[in-house]
Amino acid sequence: MQTCALSVLMFTGASQFALVGVVGGGGSVWAGAAAATLLGSRNALYGLRLSSVLNVGGLRRLVAAQFVIDETTAMTIAREDPALGRFAFWATGPALFALWNLGTVIGALVTHAISNPRVFGLDAAPPAAFLALLAPRLRAREPLAIAIASAVVAIAVLPFLPPGVPLLVVALLVAVYGLMR
Amino acid sequence: MIWAGVLVASGACYLLKLGGLSLPQSWLAAPRIQRTVPLIPVALLAALVGTQTFSTGQHLVLDVRAPALVAALVAVLLRAPFLVVVAVAAATAALLRLL
Repeated sequence: MQTCALSVLMFTGASQFALVGVVGGGGSVWAGAAAATLLGSRNALYGLRLSSVLNVGGLRRLVAAQFVIDETTAMTIAREDPALGRFAFWATGPALFALWNLGTVIGALVTHAISNPRVFGLDAAPPAAFLALLAPRLRAREPLAIAIASAVVAIAVLPFLPPGVPLLVVALLVAVYGLMR
Repeated sequence: MIWAGVLVASGACYLLKLGGLSLPQSWLAAPRIQRTVPLIPVALLAALVGTQTFSTGQHLVLDVRAPALVAALVAVLLRAPFLVVVAVAAATAALLRLL
């Protein structure tokens, strides 16, 4: 139920995985919620890029906002003609939303039937999923260095902090680094 | 308790999306913000990869998840689609447990 609610209400994959990952790893739901929110901060920048193309107000803006994610932003800003961009946004947004939620329901039902996820190697799936989400963001040298440093720091502080909190430490460090630079 | 976290985090994520569409362009357009915000997902996702591979709870652990991550990395470098990367990692872990 809660997994499905995340897909409807949060609808931003990396944040959903982060919340579930932290809670599943024994962390507090609030540490998970904080990590999910921090991961969602990039959607604000996407909204900024999209607002001039979409040019939506009122109720339409409230609906459009939920569709502001990696995929719709990429599809929209790749078009040079704003009208095509708007079409791309309104075509991919609802389609992704429908399929994402359908997939979540199927996943929830199927995994519910599995008694021991470790036998199927499912405990190795989340890190691979995070890696796949991370990879496209590592095209330059600086993000690659930050990624490696973040993983090392998170692992180093992990034995000394409650589960989930290492993520927040890393996010804070990189925010300070980014703003001080 | 979990529901409260789910609802609060979902609300916060929605407000971030709406804020981007609604706030004056100049607020978020500051170069410092533009440079910093994209780094946060990189750091968090990398930290998640590290902690979810090498720990159980608060204990550092080295198990089949490490070779599974290497297999996933190979799949990523070969530009495999998302689901293939995840499936390769799960299959690697499952096979190594069988051995």
